[in-house]
Amino acid sequence: MVHGLLNQFEGRVAGANSTFRWDGEAWVGGDYNRLWLRSEGSLTRGRMSDGVQEFLYSRSVSTYFDIQGGVRVDLDSGPTRTWGAFGIQGLALYQFEVQATAYVSDRGRFAGRFQGSYDIPITNRLILQPQIELNLYSKADRLRGNGAGLSEIDTGLRLRYEFWRKFAPYIALTYGGALEQARRFAREQNESAGNLRLTFGVRSWF
Amino acid sequence: MNTRPRHGATLSRRHFVTGLGGLGLVACTKAEPDTRLSSLVEASAIPPVASSRHTLTIETRPWVIGSRESKGYTVNGSVPAPTLRWREGDDMMIEVINRLDTQTSIHWHGIRLPADMDGVPGVSFAGIPAKGSFTYRFPLRQSGTYWYHSHSGMQEAQGLFGAIVIDPRDAPTRPYDCARDYVMVLSDWSDVAPHDIISNLKQQDDYYNFRQRTVASLFHEARQNGLGNAIDNRLMWSRMRMSATDISDVSGVIYSYLINGHSPDANWTALFSPGEKIRLRVINASAMTLFDFRIPGLSFSIIAADGQDVEPVPVDEFRIAPAETYDLIVQPTEDRAWTIFVQAEDRTGYARGTLAPRKGMTGPIPPMDPRPVRSMIDMGMGRMEAQSPGMSGMSGMSGMSGMTSSHSAPSTHENRSSASSHLVVEDPGPPPRNVENQNVALDPVNRLAEPGDGLGNNGRRVLTYAMLRALSPAPDLRPPTREIVLHLTGNMMRYIWGFDAKKFSEADPIHLTLNERVRITLINDTMMEHPIHLHGFWSELENGQGDSRPNKHTIISQPGSRLSYLVTADTPGMWAFHCHLIYHMHLGMFRTVVVS
Repeated sequence: MVHGLLNQFEGRVAGANSTFRWDGEAWVGGDYNRLWLRSEGSLTRGRMSDGVQEFLYSRSVSTYFDIQGGVRVDLDSGPTRTWGAFGIQGLALYQFEVQATAYVSDRGRFAGRFQGSYDIPITNRLILQPQIELNLYSKADRLRGNGAGLSEIDTGLRLRYEFWRKFAPYIALTYGGALEQARRFAREQNESAGNLRLTFGVRSWF
Repeated sequence: MNTRPRHGATLSRRHFVTGLGGLGLVACTKAEPDTRLSSLVEASAIPPVASSRHTLTIETRPWVIGSRESKGYTVNGSVPAPTLRWREGDDMMIEVINRLDTQTSIHWHGIRLPADMDGVPGVSFAGIPAKGSFTYRFPLRQSGTYWYHSHSGMQEAQGLFGAIVIDPRDAPTRPYDCARDYVMVLSDWSDVAPHDIISNLKQQDDYYNFRQRTVASLFHEARQNGLGNAIDNRLMWSRMRMSATDISDVSGVIYSYLINGHSPDANWTALFSPGEKIRLRVINASAMTLFDFRIPGLSFSIIAADGQDVEPVPVDEFRIAPAETYDLIVQPTEDRAWTIFVQAEDRTGYARGTLAPRKGMTGPIPPMDPRPVRSMIDMGMGRMEAQSPGMSGMSGMSGMSGMTSSHSAPSTHENRSSASSHLVVEDPGPPPRNVENQNVALDPVNRLAEPGDGLGNNGRRVLTYAMLRALSPAPDLRPPTREIVLHLTGNMMRYIWGFDAKKFSEADPIHLTLNERVRITLINDTMMEHPIHLHGFWSELENGQGDSRPNKHTIISQPGSRLSYLVTADTPGMWAFHCHLIYHMHLGMFRTVVVS
C-alpha cells in the first residue's frame, strides 16, 4: 500500500517576497514496517531554502507511536548537508499529532526538530489546524543561516474545507522566521528575520 | 422432493430466474431465454419448488444503482445472487463454475456440513481457481432461512451473496400458514472498490464519518447537558484518543442501502391482501452495516433467528448485524401501503421497501432516529458510569439503557455452578495495550438484554438477545468441560483488528477436541459491535433461557460486553471463526478453529 500526503502546498503572499512552500510525505509498507519519504522546502524569488529531504524506516512500537530512523539531506540552493536521523512520531494524548527527530551530521554536529499540529473541527468539513515546527542546532552553520540553539520557527493557523477527505483548500496565517543567533545572521545579510503572511494552499493525499 | 435428476445449467437456471419477484407466489415453468435479462426482482423470489441440484456460474458485470456504477459479481447472471430453495434431508450437489480471472468460493452460511464443503479458501479447501469449477456435496440436516456468499477477495462486498430457503422435511412444529413468503436480502452497495475503502481507512480511520462532534455541535450538547459536562466529556474522549461518534467505519456517505438489490428509490415491494399473514425472511448480507428494521405502524412476530425456530416474540423493531437472519410474520389488515424502514445503525442512510396491496403504492417514510453516541459502557467501563456523576454528561441513550439493564440482565453463566468442578477455564486475562490494541474493557458487562446502541428508550418494543427462546430444547445437554475466553480487540487508528490483541497472521489456531463441549466467552474490548461467526457449528447463546437457549451462527458482541455460548465440536476439520464486518475480518479479526 502506498500513500502520500501533501500537508502544505501553499503560497505565502508578501508582494515580491512571496514564497511557495511545500511539506509532504509518502509511505509504503504494512502495519509494523514502513518506508517514509519526506520533503519540505520553500521557493522565494527563484531561490530554494529550508529544503529538508528525508528517507526513513519506520517501526510501529506502541498503540499510537512509531520510531523512525534514516537519512536527512538538506538539499536546496544553499550548501548541502547530510544527517543521520532518529525520531518518533505519533498521536499524543488529546489527539495532538507530534513528531520529534534528532539528527547527527557527518561533521559531528547535532540538530533537532519538533513538529506538532492539532485539528479542531468547526464543522465536519471545516477544520482549523494550528501547526508549529521548531528547528534547533548544536552549532551555527552560517552558510545555511542556521544559528546555534533554537534557530527557526515555522507556524501557521490553517482553516481548510474538506470538499472531500483527499482535497481540502485552505486559507491561513503563517509565520516563518529565524530566532536568536540565526536572527542576527539574517539581519547581517539584510534578509527579513521573520514574516507573517496571508497564505493560500491545498491539502491533499492519496 | 428432488425433482431435478440432472444438474445441467439450463435446467437449474430455470429455478433461479422463475418467479415474479415482488409478487411472491409464483409458478413459472418456462425457461428464461437469457438469464442476463433476469431482473433483480425475479432473482430474489423464492423458487416454487426445492431442488438438490444446482449449477451456479460466477461472472461479473457492471452493477448500476441510481446514477453510479460498480462492479458486480453475478451468479447465473444475477446480482445479488438468486434465492436457492432446498429441502431438509436431501443430499445436495452444487456445481460452481468460476468464469472469473481470479479465485472464488461459495460459503454456505449457517449450514452444518463437512469441513471440506464449507467453502473458505485456505481453511476448508483450496478455493475455486480462475476458470475452474468445484462441486459441493453435502447432506442437508436442517431447515430455515440461510444465505450463501463468496469467501474470497471481498467479492461478497460486491454482490456475491444470495438467500437460501430450506423447507423442513416434516411438518413444521408451528405451522404459521403464511399466504406470502418473501426473502429480503439487505446489503450495502458502493461504487468504491473494497480495496480502496481499506486503503482509505488505513490512512484515516474516520474517513467516512462526517457526523463527528464539532465546535458547532458543542453548543447543542451544552444546551442539553451543560457546557461544563459537554467539555469534560469531550476532553475525556480526546484524552483516550477515541471518538464517541465512531459508530460505523463505512457510512452512507458512500453506501446505498439495498433490499434485494433495490435502492430506496426503487422501492422493493411485497404484495399482500389485507388480513393475510406475510412471512419475511430478513437476511443481512451487507459488508459493514448493522441495520435496525421496522415497519412503522405495524408490530410483528420474530419466529426464527439464524434459521432456527424460536418462540414467537412480538416486537416493533430489531437490530440485525451482517450475516444474521431473522424470520418474522406480519399481518396487516388495512388496505394501505406500509413502509419497511431499515436504518443503518449510524443513521447515515436507510434501506426502504413497501408492503402494499397493489404495485406502485408507497407509504410515508419516517425521519431517521438520532445517531447513537458511544458511552463509557461501550468502553468497557460499564459500572463506573453509574457511579461517576461526572459522566452524566453523556448524551447517549445507549448509556442510559446500559445502566439499567446491565444489572437486571440474566446471568450468562447459568450452567457454571453445576459444571464448575469440571470446567477448565482458559482465560488470557486483559489484553495488552499495544500496536494492535487500543483499549481494555476494565468492567465488561452483560448486554444481552439491551437492544443495542441507539435503540434504547425510543418508545418501541425492540428485540434483545435475551428474548430469544428456542422452540426445541438444545440437543446436547452436557455441561461444557472447557471455557475459552477471547477478547475482541483492535486499534481503530491504525485500523488493525484481532482477537487477544493479535491479528490473524500472528495467531495460532484454536484447537477443539472432537465432540468436546466447550463454552466460548467473548469480551469486547473495542467500542464497536462485532458480529462473530463460527463456521460449522451452532453457537448456543447463553441468554438466560436455560435449555431453550437459541442456536445462532452469528452473534453480535456489543461494545464493552461479555457474553458466552456453548459449542459441540462434532464435525472434524478446519473451520473459520471471524467477525462478519468484512474489513474487520480482512484486517485480522479472524481465527482458524481446528477440530480433531
